[in-house]
Amino acid sequence: MRHIISVLLENEAGALSRVAGLFSARGYNIESLTVAPTEDATLSRMTIVTSGSDEIIEQINKQLNKLVDVVKVIDLSEGDHIERELMLVKVRAVGKDREEMKRMADIFRGRIIDVTDKDYTVELTGPGSKLDAFLKAMDPAAILETVRTGASGIGRGDRVLKV
Amino acid sequence: MQLSGAEIVVRCLQEEGVEHVFGYPGGAVLFLYDELFKQDKVKHVLVRHEQAAVHAADAYSRSTDKVGVALVTSGPGVTNAVTGIATAYMDSIPMVILTGQVPTHAIGEDAFQECDTVGITRPCVKHNFLVKDIKDLAVTIKKAFYIASTGRPGPVVVDIPKDLTATKAEFEYPKTISMRSYNPVVKGHAGQIKKAAKLLLEAKRPMIYTGGGVILGDASAELAQLVRALGFPCTNTLMGLGGYPATDTQNLGMLGMHGTYEANMAMQHCDVLLAVGARFDDRVIGNPKHFFEEPRQIIHIDIDPASISKRVKVDVPVVGNVRDVLKELMRQIEAARSGPDKVALKSWWTQIEQWRSRDCLKYDRSSSIIKPQFVVETLYKVTKGEAFVTSDVGQHQMWAAQFYKFDKPRRWINSGGLGTMGVGLPYAMGVQLAHPKATVACVTGEASVQMCIQELSTCKQYRLPIKMINLNNRYMGMVRQWQEFFHGNRYSESYMDALPDFVRLAEAYGHVGMRIEKPADVEPALKEAFARKKELVFMDFLTDQTENVFPMVPGGKGLSEMILV
Repeated sequence: MRHIISVLLENEAGALSRVAGLFSARGYNIESLTVAPTEDATLSRMTIVTSGSDEIIEQINKQLNKLVDVVKVIDLSEGDHIERELMLVKVRAVGKDREEMKRMADIFRGRIIDVTDKDYTVELTGPGSKLDAFLKAMDPAAILETVRTGASGIGRGDRVLKV
Repeated sequence: MQLSGAEIVVRCLQEEGVEHVFGYPGGAVLFLYDELFKQDKVKHVLVRHEQAAVHAADAYSRSTDKVGVALVTSGPGVTNAVTGIATAYMDSIPMVILTGQVPTHAIGEDAFQECDTVGITRPCVKHNFLVKDIKDLAVTIKKAFYIASTGRPGPVVVDIPKDLTATKAEFEYPKTISMRSYNPVVKGHAGQIKKAAKLLLEAKRPMIYTGGGVILGDASAELAQLVRALGFPCTNTLMGLGGYPATDTQNLGMLGMHGTYEANMAMQHCDVLLAVGARFDDRVIGNPKHFFEEPRQIIHIDIDPASISKRVKVDVPVVGNVRDVLKELMRQIEAARSGPDKVALKSWWTQIEQWRSRDCLKYDRSSSIIKPQFVVETLYKVTKGEAFVTSDVGQHQMWAAQFYKFDKPRRWINSGGLGTMGVGLPYAMGVQLAHPKATVACVTGEASVQMCIQELSTCKQYRLPIKMINLNNRYMGMVRQWQEFFHGNRYSESYMDALPDFVRLAEAYGHVGMRIEKPADVEPALKEAFARKKELVFMDFLTDQTENVFPMVPGGKGLSEMILV
C-alpha cells in the first residue's frame, strides 16, 4: 500500500543522505521525496511517499526513528491528511491550440506563468492524481516538458507534527 | 584555557576515562599523535594495520563494558578501518573511531589521502560526524561517546580535519549531554511486562532464547535468576554465549545453524518463547516460514524497536533495557498467585532430555588424526574453563562455540554478525590489554589467521602472552564443508597450497611456535603452552581435513531439519 511519511530532522549536512541511504540499503521504495527547512531553521521537514506491506512500513518507521538526526516521524496515511504536489508543464501553444491550452489550464485550476509565441508554462497544484489526470487529458505531442516536486503532506485539523 | 584541537581531543579522551587507544599514525593525525606523545594517561597501542586497530578496540570493549577507541589517519587509514567498523556495527559494540581528514579547505578537491569518510562509513556506523568548526570539537566527542554507549550500542566515527587539530579554542568538556533527536528508551512498558509474565506462567512448553543483548546489557545475573526461578530451558545464540552458564543443565547449548539438536528442537516445538536481546537472524531460526509452521506465542525483549517484528512477528513486544525489563519481569512472576505449570514442565523436560540423549556433538574419539573438537575440549580442560576465548570465522569458530563451555559473560569474543575472518588475533590483543593477567586463547584456522597475521608483531611489541590455537586442516574448512554438502565435492579454491611454516613464522616474529600432530600430544602441548605465562605461543595443530561441523541446518531449511552425525 502507498504511504506518505513526514519526517522532522536536524537541518544538518548529510541528514538527507542518511535517509536516502537507509532506503537504498534496506531496499525500500521511494516514490518521491521532498525536503526543505521549516520555520525553525534548525529543522528540515521531509515528505516521503513509499509503498510496501504493513511489515515493511512498520520497519521503515522504526528505522527512520533510529537515525540519530531524525527528531520525529509520522505516517500521515494513518489518519486524515491533505496532500499536494506542484507541477510545471511546458506545452506547445500555437494557432488554435493557444485557446485550447488556456481552457485546459482553467479547467484544472492551473495558472499560466510563462508565455512565448510558441508555448505556455502551466503551474498546477493538487494531489498527484489530479496532476496525472491533467497530463492524461493533454495531447502527448503537446507536452514539451514536465517537472513535479513530489508530494508534500500535512495532517488535517489538530494533527500537528512539531517538536 | 585556549587549547589546540589536538590537545582538546586528548583531553576529551582523558575526561572519558579512556586508557587505551588503538591506532596507526599518518599525515592527517600528526598533531594528534604529537599530543599523545606529550602525556601518559592515554596509552596508545600501535598496530600493524588499521583494521586490527579497530578489531582490537572492539574486543577491548566486548571483554569489558567500556567504549573501545581507535585512531586512524585519513584516506587509506579509514578504508582499512571500515571492515573493523562494520564488524562492530553488526554486533552492536560501543566504539568511538577518530579519523583524520585532510584540511577543511582541501575537502572535496581530491587531496592526497582524502576520502569521503562520513559517506563511506555511513551505512556501517550508529552515527558519524565531520567536525567543521573547532568550537564543536569537544561537544562532538562527548556526543560520540554518549551515542556509542547508550540505547542499542554501536560504533561512532568522528572525522577531524587536520587544520582543526592545530587551531586553538577554549576547552570545556560538557558534563552531560542531551539531544532532542536521540532519546533511547530505557524502561520497559509495565503493561507489556505483565502480559509477558502471564504468558510465561501459562506456558506448557516454554523456551528462553537469549542473545548478545544480555551480554551487552550486563544482564546475565538477572537472566540466571529468572531462568532458575521458572525452571525453564534456555539457549544462547552465538553472540549470547556466557549469558547463562553453559554448564548448567537448564542450558541446552547454542541454537541455530550449528546449534545443538535439543536447543533447535525445543525452539521449534515450544508453545511460549521468550526472546531476550536477540534478533531471530537467519543463522538462528533458519527459514522463518518453517519456523512459523508450529504455533507459538513469542515475547521479545529488546532495546531496539527496529529489531522487534523484523524477521518474525511477535505477540508481546517489550522495548527496553534488558536488565531492567528482566528485573521487572522477575518481580511480576514472584508476585503472581501461582507459579509455572509443574506437570506440563515435567513432561516438557522429559521430551527435552530425550532430544539431549541424541548426543548431537559426538565425534570419533579414537581417531589417530587430531580431531578439532578434541583440541577445543582439551583447551577447556587445561584452562579450567576460565580463559577468554577469541575466534576467527569458520569451522573452528563453531567448534569453539560448541565445545568451550562459557559460564561467564564477555569471555567469548567473536564476529557473529559480519563474520569477519581475521578478527581472532587482534581481538585477542584487545582482550589481553584490557585484562593483562587473564588467560587469553585465540582459536583460529590457518586461513583466517593469515588475514591479520602481521599483528604477531604488535603482540611482540606489547609482550602480549596470547595462546594461538591454530586448527590447521589446510582448507577453508567451512567453505569446504558447504562444497562437500551442496556443490558435489568440488572444492573450488578452498584448499590453500604453500602454507607458511607457522612454527618458524611465530619464531620469526619473536614468539614460541609448536606443531602438534598426534592426539596424544594435544593435552601435554596445551599444558606446556599455557605454562609459558609470559610468552605468546603459536600452536599449530594438524587436524582432520575431512571433519565437518554438526549438527547443521542447511541454508533455507527449518530449525528441526538438521543434518546430524
